[in-house]
Amino acid sequence: MNREGLRAELLRLLGHLAPEADLSTWRDEWPIREELDLDSVDFYAFILAIHQQLGISVPEADYARLSTLQTTLDYLEPKLVAPQSH
Amino acid sequence: MPKLGADMDRGKVVAWRKRPGEAVAKGEIIVDVETDKAAVEVESFTEGVLEQVLVPPGEKVPVGTVLATLRTTGDAEIPTRAPEARAPATRVMATPAARKRASELALDLASIHGTGPQGRIQLEDLGQATPAPPPPPPPAEDRAQRMRQAIATAMSRSKREIPHYYLSHTLDLGPAALWLAKANASLPLEERLLLGALLLKATALGLREVPELNGFWEAGAFRPSPRVHLGIAVSLRHGGLIAPALHDADQASLADLNRRMTDLVTRARSGGLRGSELTDPTITVTSLGDRGVEAVFGVIHPPQVALVGLGRVVERPWVVQGRLEPRLTATATLSADHRVSDGHRGGLLLAAMDRLLQTPEAL
Repeated sequence: MNREGLRAELLRLLGHLAPEADLSTWRDEWPIREELDLDSVDFYAFILAIHQQLGISVPEADYARLSTLQTTLDYLEPKLVAPQSH
Repeated sequence: MPKLGADMDRGKVVAWRKRPGEAVAKGEIIVDVETDKAAVEVESFTEGVLEQVLVPPGEKVPVGTVLATLRTTGDAEIPTRAPEARAPATRVMATPAARKRASELALDLASIHGTGPQGRIQLEDLGQATPAPPPPPPPAEDRAQRMRQAIATAMSRSKREIPHYYLSHTLDLGPAALWLAKANASLPLEERLLLGALLLKATALGLREVPELNGFWEAGAFRPSPRVHLGIAVSLRHGGLIAPALHDADQASLADLNRRMTDLVTRARSGGLRGSELTDPTITVTSLGDRGVEAVFGVIHPPQVALVGLGRVVERPWVVQGRLEPRLTATATLSADHRVSDGHRGGLLLAAMDRLLQTPEAL
């Protein structure tokens, strides 16, 4: 999966959490939680969905690195090709 | 029609999960009901055999209306009525046989012309009728408007009848946050705990120490609850909020409480709440910290007598053994009913929560 494919998949996952949002015009620098009004339960569901769909387990200490779609892509993309170390 | 919340006076039958003649276990979901706030799965309060459906899908009836009759083994016919029956049913007039047949065919009685006395629908009137299509979901705007009206009714009543007092306390979350980070580092991702679960457990345990904040004001007197059912205020994505109960929160392990909390929030937003979860919260907890709010002073949900508010987790300068250090904190508030408790007792709850959070491993 390339970066574009990963981006589409993340937007799909976010669409499940915020079905009322129009994600077709999403800008990657927007803060995810604030823009989509995700609370801690929603965000945890996002982390779970990443694990289930992409096989990547995000440690709690790294949650802050998933603040925008851009930082999320930067964080997840290398993990798609590199095996998990934890 | 059960009363699924203090602000509910009518409900609509959406679908029956059982057909006449089918066995029903106690606690089994028997009918789906739509209120102004949510789609709710209503459980049977007893076991038996569903004898007759009296309110077909699509019909909206007042709280207290008999929806169906159940027959229990060796027992007389009993109605599946709500515990708090109030108003008599206002329904389309139809003979019992016609009503039963209409239910089996999923017919909307309101759309059928009755030829009996005073327009009463008779069995033969159903001959030419075709099954009604499922009722379309109400437009989102209409739903939001009805929910706003339901909230307005309950909150106006609260502010009119309940003499609120308000307290706030800054919780030291340092030990809880440290313990949580360590615990989560060794837990599988699916079992990670949220800080919210610790705060709820501390609230539930604290309520054991101040029982006059946990219960109901009914008929001019306070009735304490022996069990702690936390109503969790959940904001809905199409607007409004709902507060289903996390049952026996003081008895649950943190892992169980965390699992049930996330499940409850998810179901509140996606539909699928149970009737029992909406009828019996003994106190409400509202958390607006995720929205950046530092403190929330809530309005008590009658007939409850208190509400706990939780604000944003924020790092503040904190004095520890004479030294200043950064510490994670959150503001906890209490809105309570002065007819039942006073500020001194209310303060004990907030102090107990703070104390309990200093030993998170014991929660």
